Amino acid sequence: METRLSINGDTHMLDADPRTTLLDALRNHLGLTGSKKGCDHGQCGACTVLIDGRRINSCLTLACMHDGQEITTIEGLGEPGNLSPLQAAFVRHDGYQCGYCTPGQICSATAMLKEAEQGWPSYVSDDLDGAPALDGEEISERMSGNLCRCGAYSNIVDAITQVVGERA
Amino acid sequence: MKPFDYRRAESPSDATDAGARIIAGGTNLLDLMKLEIERPDTLIDINRLDLKAIEETEEGGLRIGALVTNSDCAADPRIRRDYGVLARAILAGASGQLRNKATTGGNLCQRTRCGYFYDTAMPCNKRDPGSGCQAKDGFNRIHAVLGASEACIATYPGDMAVAMTALDATVEIESKGGETRIVPVADFHRLPGDTPERDNVLDPGDLITAVTLPPPPGGVHLYRKVRDRASYAFALVSVAAVVTIADGRFERVALAFGGLAHKPWRDPRVEELLTGEEPGPALFDEAAEMLLADAEGHGHNDFKIPLAWRTLRAVLTEASERGDTA
Repeated sequence: METRLSINGDTHMLDADPRTTLLDALRNHLGLTGSKKGCDHGQCGACTVLIDGRRINSCLTLACMHDGQEITTIEGLGEPGNLSPLQAAFVRHDGYQCGYCTPGQICSATAMLKEAEQGWPSYVSDDLDGAPALDGEEISERMSGNLCRCGAYSNIVDAITQVVGERA
Repeated sequence: MKPFDYRRAESPSDATDAGARIIAGGTNLLDLMKLEIERPDTLIDINRLDLKAIEETEEGGLRIGALVTNSDCAADPRIRRDYGVLARAILAGASGQLRNKATTGGNLCQRTRCGYFYDTAMPCNKRDPGSGCQAKDGFNRIHAVLGASEACIATYPGDMAVAMTALDATVEIESKGGETRIVPVADFHRLPGDTPERDNVLDPGDLITAVTLPPPPGGVHLYRKVRDRASYAFALVSVAAVVTIADGRFERVALAFGGLAHKPWRDPRVEELLTGEEPGPALFDEAAEMLLADAEGHGHNDFKIPLAWRTLRAVLTEASERGDTA
């Protein structure tokens, strides 16, 4: 079936079986291989993309369900020479080893910072009303949908913490 | 994944067209379709229906549309202020990505499940009725200790519905023909009995349109979840508590439990035992003993019985300490 996908500001017409996940559409049909397939079951977060600014697992949704929505992938956040603040911070803090989870980590963190700016609490927030301060514990909880099998978590938290500081 | 026809519902009646499978967030359904545990012939996408609002009811409660995402529900200022147990429970579940996709109605419909349900090489009465249950004598660490049957010992894995059960919330269901019925969340999910393939009371063609919360109950709202890791894991035991204390005594107690049974577990006898009494360790032990009198472990999950006991005691202790100053 035909689906109009708006990805990183470009419109793509996808003609694919309805079974095609958004992740497979990005990688196999449209050549946007920045988003990664890890578990393909929503457990690892490597496939994280933004739909209308919100982070989701692209492996657990069908491409045909996103006709007309604004999709942002890691390719849309920045490029060599023009990195997003989080991309630059991940490089600076060495927030990876193999790099496979990194696009998902950065897409997830991009949306996570916006959620916190909007005052969304997390499971570890003491107060449901207050604007949460993003310390290490808050960042770890809010990023728990992104696994890093290399275990670069402490550097990932450092990278995100730097961007939190720049925005304060 | 088995091939299917995909259609978009433009109205609730499109969705209640019997026989087709409804998809909203899809986070559980698509996962199960990939494994061919769920094999719908037709998927009806309801994401364009006008069910995305949280509205105040005439009674002073809130009506949460079935397509309100878990993220939006937990972030809503009214939910955070008046129904803290629900915000806390939702935030205790899944991950940020999944909560952005998962919806209020879809979360209720997630399958009650265990590892054997997911393993298509194994028999499972829930997946393949009559084939047997490998969990009873297998790896059953996460399985039920209350309300299980010979056929199935799986646990309901969700958090949101546990809090909704404690809040006396109700589910609004539209059926084919446009008829609407209201079912308490506490009665929405089923115990397994002889038909573990049925997780809830929905019939084919039924569409959840909303969940309604009664007026704010006040009191202390707690959701305590005990799990194998700090985040993004199902509960071994969880307790949702809404507790009011007046003049040093429990005035109102609502308790619901996750991780213990095939559905969110509520035991009115325990709440009656506590109501009107002065909080204290002996009373908490009496409540836990009543809650768990019929609990039965299957080996690996025996630990859940003392764990539930201690978690209830800890929640009641915290509620009584905070309730006195509330």
